[in-house]
Amino acid sequence: MRYAYYPGCSLHSTARDYDLSARAVCRVLGIELEEIPGWVCCGASSAHMTSELLSIALPVHNLNIAKEMGLDTVACCAECYSRLKIANREMRARKNGRVAEVDEVVGNTYRGESEVKHLLEVIAGDYGLDALRERVVEDLSDLRVAAYYGCLLVRPPEVTGFDDPDQPMVMDHIVTALGAKAVEWPYKTECCGSSLSLTRTDIVLKLCHDIYQKAADQGADCLLVACPLCQANLDMRQPQVNRQYGTRFELPVLYFTQLIGLALGIPSADLGLSKLMVSPQQLLARTGLRQPA
Amino acid sequence: MARIGVFICHCGKNIASTVDVERVAAQAAELPGVAFAADYRYMCSDPGQRLIAEAIEEHNLDRVVVAACSPSLHEPTFRGCIEDEGLNPYMLEIANIREQCSWVHDDREEATEKALELVNIARAKVARSHPLLRSTIPITKRALVIGGGISGIQAAIDVGLAGYEAVIVEREPSIGGRMAQFDKTFPTLDCAACILTPKMVTVARDKNIKIYTYAEVEEVTGYVGNYTARIRVRARSVDPDKCTGCGSCWQKCPKKVDSEFDQHLGDRTAIYIPFPQAVPRVPVIDRDNCIYFQRGKCRLCERACDVGAIDYEQEDQIIEEQFGAIIVATGFTLFDHSVYGEYGGGQYADVVTGLQFERLVNSCGPTEGKILRPSDGKPVKTVVFVQCVGSRDREKGMEYCSRLCCMYTAKHGLLFKEHNPDGEAYVFYIDIRAAGKNYEEFVRRAQEEFGVHYLRGRVSRIYEENGHLVVRGADTLAGMQVEIKADLVVLATGLIARDDAVEVARMLGIPYDQNRLFTEGHPKLAPVETVTSGVFLTGACQAPKDIPDTVATASAASAKALGLFSHDCLESEPMVAQIDPALCSDCRACVESCPFGAIEEIEWRDMMTRQMRTVAHVIESLCHGCGNCTVACRAGAPNLSGFSHEQVFAQVEAV
Repeated sequence: MRYAYYPGCSLHSTARDYDLSARAVCRVLGIELEEIPGWVCCGASSAHMTSELLSIALPVHNLNIAKEMGLDTVACCAECYSRLKIANREMRARKNGRVAEVDEVVGNTYRGESEVKHLLEVIAGDYGLDALRERVVEDLSDLRVAAYYGCLLVRPPEVTGFDDPDQPMVMDHIVTALGAKAVEWPYKTECCGSSLSLTRTDIVLKLCHDIYQKAADQGADCLLVACPLCQANLDMRQPQVNRQYGTRFELPVLYFTQLIGLALGIPSADLGLSKLMVSPQQLLARTGLRQPA
Repeated sequence: MARIGVFICHCGKNIASTVDVERVAAQAAELPGVAFAADYRYMCSDPGQRLIAEAIEEHNLDRVVVAACSPSLHEPTFRGCIEDEGLNPYMLEIANIREQCSWVHDDREEATEKALELVNIARAKVARSHPLLRSTIPITKRALVIGGGISGIQAAIDVGLAGYEAVIVEREPSIGGRMAQFDKTFPTLDCAACILTPKMVTVARDKNIKIYTYAEVEEVTGYVGNYTARIRVRARSVDPDKCTGCGSCWQKCPKKVDSEFDQHLGDRTAIYIPFPQAVPRVPVIDRDNCIYFQRGKCRLCERACDVGAIDYEQEDQIIEEQFGAIIVATGFTLFDHSVYGEYGGGQYADVVTGLQFERLVNSCGPTEGKILRPSDGKPVKTVVFVQCVGSRDREKGMEYCSRLCCMYTAKHGLLFKEHNPDGEAYVFYIDIRAAGKNYEEFVRRAQEEFGVHYLRGRVSRIYEENGHLVVRGADTLAGMQVEIKADLVVLATGLIARDDAVEVARMLGIPYDQNRLFTEGHPKLAPVETVTSGVFLTGACQAPKDIPDTVATASAASAKALGLFSHDCLESEPMVAQIDPALCSDCRACVESCPFGAIEEIEWRDMMTRQMRTVAHVIESLCHGCGNCTVACRAGAPNLSGFSHEQVFAQVEAV
């Protein structure tokens, strides 16, 4: 099982822990990740807000390298995933003008040859939940996890084709396979407000508050995410939310790769757990897992 | 030598603005065999037809080409016109220079050339036409009505009233259909049962009407005027001649199962009638759930029956009957909302459908008309109605508007407030579509008089929390997100085709659309006909319809059947295939290609070998003249009258 690995900017900066834990987990599971040499921006945010051509051409440049490597591409960041998926869709649809333009800009004739997958799909699908279950060495049965999917993994469904867009279950199934308890809760695809982080913090606080509250109502010990922007937003906002709403949330927000890593017995230093803002220390102590370094 | 008349129609400006009709007429006059050519503003008008008639007389024409609109519109007109002048009506060809020329081209020069070519092609064909004679076929003056809901009931009543026989075949143990499940009807709020049951009694009493319940049509063969239907009457396990409908059997029956009639909100017994006013009032034993049939012990109903009507040995009966017309009244089913994960995916007991709400509010329903939560039987204080579930939704449901949900939701809101004046009712809607007599007024009444709250927007999620349902949605008029704590949520699920609609359509040889709804003969001008003559549509099997529209189409369909019955025999189209047995090698390619089963195999004496051999033969009364066999046969043995090989090749050569 070998993939071209597209980390994207977050995983090389603010989400180092996601990158670390994804690589560590894949190493243990025998999933080979080969980083795309010379990868560039995926075209999210600044590119896709300003130039449609750029928003396709940038991911095509990256995917064309993966094509030359003869590999399918795996992404961890939900935004990268979305941009790469959209580019594949556009290039496969072969709408005359756009495709020719991209060919010219990028200087190749990429037509969606490298399939794009999120690491969740690789682990739950290609690797398989049964195989994963067999690799579990730590007992997580006391842990109650609220899986939070956010927006770009599941939407728009005709692009991502990722699970049920309104009731996704992939991460819940992984949680169950790891032996932890996936709580049923209604906010798994609600917006976390990440893109309004700087402009309308008031809205973001309300959205985050509602997500924490619903997760807490269901007795969740932590949130589980698969997107570096959700993670950053949900992880960092808790003190602000607590001040504004008089609440006392202290919900660790883990990447799904970190939880898998814990279940597989990977040392917490290799999972970047110390980089989380809301420390998982107490939680892990309570559930009998070893302390993060 | 043929003497052909060519008549070019302007169709006002429809043709004349793109095609130089005078030039087409002038050049057509020079074509071989053409004795006369003329153009005129409206060839289909009286003066236009007179022009043709006079030319036939004056120029001694023996065949005619009319270059005008599609033959599907005016071919009968012009056939009648030349027949009046003593010509055989099949000595006519239509060149379609409107739909296939003027309407689809801009360039006048090229369009004129093409029109002339189309005229020449028609000329080449008509030059090789032969007079064809129509034969007559008798009509069985009985109507088969498939489905015993309000639609089928009304159609049967109308046929019976005119003095002809009708046979209703209903799948359920009782007639009555969906309407029997409803509580009140909009916009008058009269009780559905009060207006339906008199019709059920009428239909049961009518000597001209026979009803088979717990029965299904399994096969239909034949053609207009002469259909044969095979009907399977399932074993009721109760002798209807002995049963008095006293009810002691179902009172004694120990086995309880979910009631389909109550939409799984209540129980019925294994021997049951679906509802108190059932017609016939003869119970059936649901063998899949009967303790005796499953485990060989019990027979309590047999002991309870004083008249010995229980018959465990009864078997399905197969009946074959002849009909002249078939009225399809198979109705609808509801969209299954389990695909809406955001609304609980069918997992929440207190998220119900509109039809379930009808049963909750109905006095003979599972809660005797008290609006109680299915989950815990507690009274409902707040109810939220969500419109357009499975309709107007390209992502998850049907693209079409289901048309009556706005009205039934307004009715539900009103009924809820009538039952619980202190309760609150909210309706989430996209648009309110209340086009119908007194419909808009009815919705206003629900809003203004009864205080049902209408919120324009979609519901994004429904979830359970502390014994309530939380409904999150948008109020797009206020520009706000809304969150309502509700005790009950009613989804206005759209009406869709029944699961087996496609099989029914195939059995009857009628087309269906992308939504599996049966296709009418013409969307405007033949709304209750189908392309198969003698098969008519009524009710929601064609498209979602409310009760007034359903009843109207039922009467329309029966009027069509009665129109058929007013003749003693039908004239058959002479454009049918014949097979030349000398050329036939009995390869059966034609048999396989015939969609109407009109080709049989017969023994024929070959004059060359003086031996008997098997050859294919067309049953003319079944042949629709589609021409499939003529192209399937490698030897060219089948030939189609009016579209002979000679004619078609002449057309091709004329191009």
